[in-house]
Amino acid sequence: MTSTIAKRELDDAGRKLLVRATQGRENFEDLVIVPIFAVVAALVLGALIMLATGVDIATIGKSFVALAVGSFGSLNAVSETLTAAIPLVLAGLGLGLGFRAGLFNIGAEGQLLMGGMAAAIFSFSFPGLPFPVLMLLSLTAGAVIGALYASIAGILKATTGAHEVISTIMLNLTSFQILVYLLRQPYIQKEGRSDPISKSVPDAGRLPQLLDWIDPNMRLHAGLFLMLIAVAFVWWLLFRSKIGFAFRASGANPDAARYAGMKSGLIVVAAMATAGALAGLAGAAQVQGVLGRASPGFSAGIGFDAIALALLGRSHPVGILFAGILFGGLEAGGRQMQVDAGVSIDLIAIIQALIIVFIAAPLLVRAIFPWGFTRATKGGK
Amino acid sequence: MADATSASIAQQKIESSGALRARISGGVLIALAVLVLFVLDVAAGEVATFKLTGPRDAIQIPNLVVPGGFNMLVAALLAFLGARLFFRGGGRWATMFIGIGLGIAVLAFLVWADAGKSFNLTGMLSETMVRAVPIALGGLAGVLSERVAVVNIAIEGMLLAGAFTGALMGSLLGSWLGLVAAVAIGGMFGMMLAALVVTFRMDQIIAGVVINLFVLGLTSYVTSQVFAEHRWMNNAEVFRRIEIPVLSDIPVLGPMLFSQNIFVYGALILVGVATYYLFHTKGGLRARAVGEHPRAADTLGVDVYWTRYLHVTLAGMVAGFGGAYFTLGSVGRFDENMTNGRGFIGLAAMIFGRWHPVGALMAALIFGFADSLQQKLALLNTPIPSEFLAMAPYLATIVVVAGLIGKARPPAADGQPYVKE
Amino acid sequence: MDVELRGITKRFGPVVANDNVNLTIRGGEVLGLLGENGAGKSTMMNILSGLYSPDEGEILIDGKPVVFEGPGDGIEAGIGMVHQHFMLVPVFTVAENVVLGVEPTGRLGYLDLKKARAQVDEINKKYGLRVPADELIENLPVGIQQRVEILKVLFREADVLILDEPTAVLTPQEVEEFFGIVSALRDSGKAIVFITHKLHEILAISDRISVLRQGAITGEGDPKELDEEKLAEMMVGRHVSFAVDKAPAQPGEEMLTLDGVTVLDDADEKVLNGVSFTVRSGEILGIAGVQGNGQTELVEVITGLARQNAGKLTFAGEDISHASVRDRHFRGMAHIPEDRHRMGMVDSFNIAENMALNSYYDEAYAAPFGSINWPRVHETAAAFCVDFDVRTPSVFLPGGSLSGGNQQKMVVARELERQTRLVVASQPTRGVDVGSIEYIHKRLVESRDEGDGVLIVSSELDEIMGLSDRILVMFEGRIVAEFDNTGGKADRNQVGLAMAGATGGEAAA
Repeated sequence: MTSTIAKRELDDAGRKLLVRATQGRENFEDLVIVPIFAVVAALVLGALIMLATGVDIATIGKSFVALAVGSFGSLNAVSETLTAAIPLVLAGLGLGLGFRAGLFNIGAEGQLLMGGMAAAIFSFSFPGLPFPVLMLLSLTAGAVIGALYASIAGILKATTGAHEVISTIMLNLTSFQILVYLLRQPYIQKEGRSDPISKSVPDAGRLPQLLDWIDPNMRLHAGLFLMLIAVAFVWWLLFRSKIGFAFRASGANPDAARYAGMKSGLIVVAAMATAGALAGLAGAAQVQGVLGRASPGFSAGIGFDAIALALLGRSHPVGILFAGILFGGLEAGGRQMQVDAGVSIDLIAIIQALIIVFIAAPLLVRAIFPWGFTRATKGGK
Repeated sequence: MADATSASIAQQKIESSGALRARISGGVLIALAVLVLFVLDVAAGEVATFKLTGPRDAIQIPNLVVPGGFNMLVAALLAFLGARLFFRGGGRWATMFIGIGLGIAVLAFLVWADAGKSFNLTGMLSETMVRAVPIALGGLAGVLSERVAVVNIAIEGMLLAGAFTGALMGSLLGSWLGLVAAVAIGGMFGMMLAALVVTFRMDQIIAGVVINLFVLGLTSYVTSQVFAEHRWMNNAEVFRRIEIPVLSDIPVLGPMLFSQNIFVYGALILVGVATYYLFHTKGGLRARAVGEHPRAADTLGVDVYWTRYLHVTLAGMVAGFGGAYFTLGSVGRFDENMTNGRGFIGLAAMIFGRWHPVGALMAALIFGFADSLQQKLALLNTPIPSEFLAMAPYLATIVVVAGLIGKARPPAADGQPYVKE
Repeated sequence: MDVELRGITKRFGPVVANDNVNLTIRGGEVLGLLGENGAGKSTMMNILSGLYSPDEGEILIDGKPVVFEGPGDGIEAGIGMVHQHFMLVPVFTVAENVVLGVEPTGRLGYLDLKKARAQVDEINKKYGLRVPADELIENLPVGIQQRVEILKVLFREADVLILDEPTAVLTPQEVEEFFGIVSALRDSGKAIVFITHKLHEILAISDRISVLRQGAITGEGDPKELDEEKLAEMMVGRHVSFAVDKAPAQPGEEMLTLDGVTVLDDADEKVLNGVSFTVRSGEILGIAGVQGNGQTELVEVITGLARQNAGKLTFAGEDISHASVRDRHFRGMAHIPEDRHRMGMVDSFNIAENMALNSYYDEAYAAPFGSINWPRVHETAAAFCVDFDVRTPSVFLPGGSLSGGNQQKMVVARELERQTRLVVASQPTRGVDVGSIEYIHKRLVESRDEGDGVLIVSSELDEIMGLSDRILVMFEGRIVAEFDNTGGKADRNQVGLAMAGATGGEAAA
């Protein structure tokens, strides 16, 4: 590639332009205050819903205590929180990357299922491979199959303009059927079982547990590092690389991207495939790190929660990491809540949906909490 | 200068995008012809029997018996249509050719599946109608909101909310009040969507997704938290079918159209009313103007925000009615996520139906057909695994949104928030 | 009917769009309102039509104060507005567009289109508008669409008609015809407000002129006592010369050649029909024509955004018929797009990112592992800003935060600061202030003098006449005439006739 741009020496006037503009108050409000208010408002509304369904005040109090203790109250709780956060963050990174590229990918659930399934099949197909090799190759298999499955929606969008929201939803529904079909095939189904369940991942294919030397019940696994690496990678990809620049330009203004010589179809497919790879990795991490095999519905809605996560994290990798830890906490705490207070864990889904409502409609949060914003700063809050 | 160039152009063959599309679809039809000929071949002696009337029907007509040679004929016809499209292009008949081709391919499939057996065609068509109802109503809800330029992904959630409320209120207060409550709840979620996207200018797709997640969470929560203990709260009486005298005795058409429950009749009436409203009344003209060019409507004194609120709320009510079908029109009991993507299929029906109520109904019938076909085929013991049959409606939806069969233009302002200056 | 604006002030955040404006509009009179882009003309008229409400001041109709709360109120008071961007629903018929909002109805809200049609035809006859009532808007040429807008206003029995930049989409001859309609309306007693930034038009049609600058009225007068020079000074606040200062062209080698380029649209209609021409280095070739005659497609084909269905393109001696956008970019083709907001920039990207929008792939910005050398991008952007006088405190601010003129300068800087051989500039000065217009024109002439071929596509005939060394006229996807404009010798009238489709024109020199 040739260059048409000469190197420039800057004079004083030019150097002055290189001063970074300070982040405005409004930015801070959007990134910090709105999410905090959103979480608070959602928890309050969650309490009201419990009240409406006949849960008494004492139990509500107990459930919030359980929520807190179950998420961050002990080392075990933290381990559970992080374990839950791993697939959420991985899938959420993919979705956030898609949002940046202007793609509303709802298909993480299906991509995750296909990825997890692929990782399971790969791992028990090559039981002879030694530990890190089998583990890494199985993860790779999950990522590749997730990417391929997501590419279907990407290719359809690029070639025919089919809206990715509907096609990814349909691919989710299709993937459930594919999964059940596959799990009944003799090669995949666990020996001696009549229900659809796959053979187990051999030990060499598992993501090793990190804290089992303290307590064998602590499920936190090496997927944690995978998650952190993925956060760094997606950050680099989006904000430092050429392809990320193209992703962001296409998402913000597709016509301008076309003008700039970016191939919109290619970008759609590449962004979908990257998102699918991350979702597939999430599925593989779940299978190789926690479940040890694939079964119908093993994704447990992680792909849908990841949508909320990506929105909450403002499609920024670091934001998604924090949002993932929060959601992991809700998940772990929610289980505790169900045990301690007898409140259904489905409540967590409601709280998550409410959080996105408030996040995605900052005007709404401002309407509910008028004192939290600019006016308050002048008062010196 | 002009003369020289026009001469050089005459020598160059100009291939347009339309011609390319005709080529691709021609190729598809030829491939189908090969498929019918070699995979769906029926032995010459075998016949497929389709029953048109049941033993107790007032008017009896003989069974339809199709000889095995039918599929050869289909293959030939498919090959002819495909070749014509491929080599000559279809012009304005292209879409029709493709439609006919796919239609007869499905017939050939039925004959193959039914070869040497007997099969109740009227029962399947009647079932098609029933299964089309929630999809048609979902599609109609989509038409109402997208005609005012609000993309309504939340139809799935509205259906689910309608189903849930129908079951709960139907159990507590009786089916009719349950139905009213379902419609009201649908309307409430419609209004909520309108508030989020119109007043709070939330992204329309995010708002829809959120409502879906919220409804799914809330209904699942109540189902496990409350219904699990109090089963009587989730046990509503189902609406019975109403036979329309005389008309219901017509063979084939009678069971399909005139011997159904109120949801089928309601859907047909609503489609008619919506068509009249959108295309022949003042309100409809204004609504469409808001969907095509909101600023123009605004400058003429049409209240864009109010129009959007109204129609999205109406859409919610229609979806609420459609949702009640799942419980009050079918099993009387609510199960978690029982709509299972029907709302999204409704959206696809709307796209396939070119944003027209009647079109959405027709598309819904096709989906309903795929749905009931899958049900029937399971009984016929075909070698196709049931999971693949279950995928059929979803795959059909993907084909539709991919616009492989004709493309239409959505309302110009679809999906865009309107900001008053 | 007389309308008076008293002390009207309107602010948008910190921007004062109208500052204590006083204006009187009388029946049977054409008031010309002159001002450059961003002077506050449209804001004022939107206040008058009820779309905005003023922060201070009042509106009096026949001496009585009125308060407008929405766009419906202005219409009801008899004030109708014809917007610069037509407010027509393309998929509706003329009759449907005209009656929208005041529909004749039968029972059950039934829409009586027959009655609507009759009413439309009646107005047609009365003012000689000749608009087909049953045709879809999207099938009508822009000139007729404009009449539909006027019809809409007359249908609502408006006594005051506000015409916002109505001639922007018309050929000179259509403008004449349009002035005829305006005169007829005035003679029937209507009050007309004619908003424009074109000096000769305002002198030709107005009975009275008011000039708006930076939101305030800076001059008023009788057109008989004013000339273009005085008006220009009132409008801009300093002496302006609209003549572009340039030496005669010295055309060199062939830079870009189109041979029989044809493009089909979705309906298989030819939007470009056998277009052939050559741009030489060191000359400015202007493409004139009414908007929508294939100019957009022409630029897209030249820059690689669209593919021709037939024909050949040659750039500096090499066949680029199938080259990608990026390939053409690196061969030295610069492209200033017609609509900077739609194509030329990403509002949410910062200025540096926008400056690298189409050269982020350049070797100069390359860093290991497919990264971008961001410090280099920032430095280059800062240098471009200094060179092109893009006024901003930092290159890290979003491009969308700049003013229109500065945004356009950002886009032009990005394109012209590279090593280029051909500049394709489409509507290079649309919607920017006079200062920026002068600057951009100067830089385009400089590119020519450095030996670039320059192709300018503009629907502003004045811009084409002022800048070009040679003029081609496009009509319905074809080049219908060619004029030599050395020293500005092309005949404006002849060019105008060609824009309306009259073939022939003048033989190329």
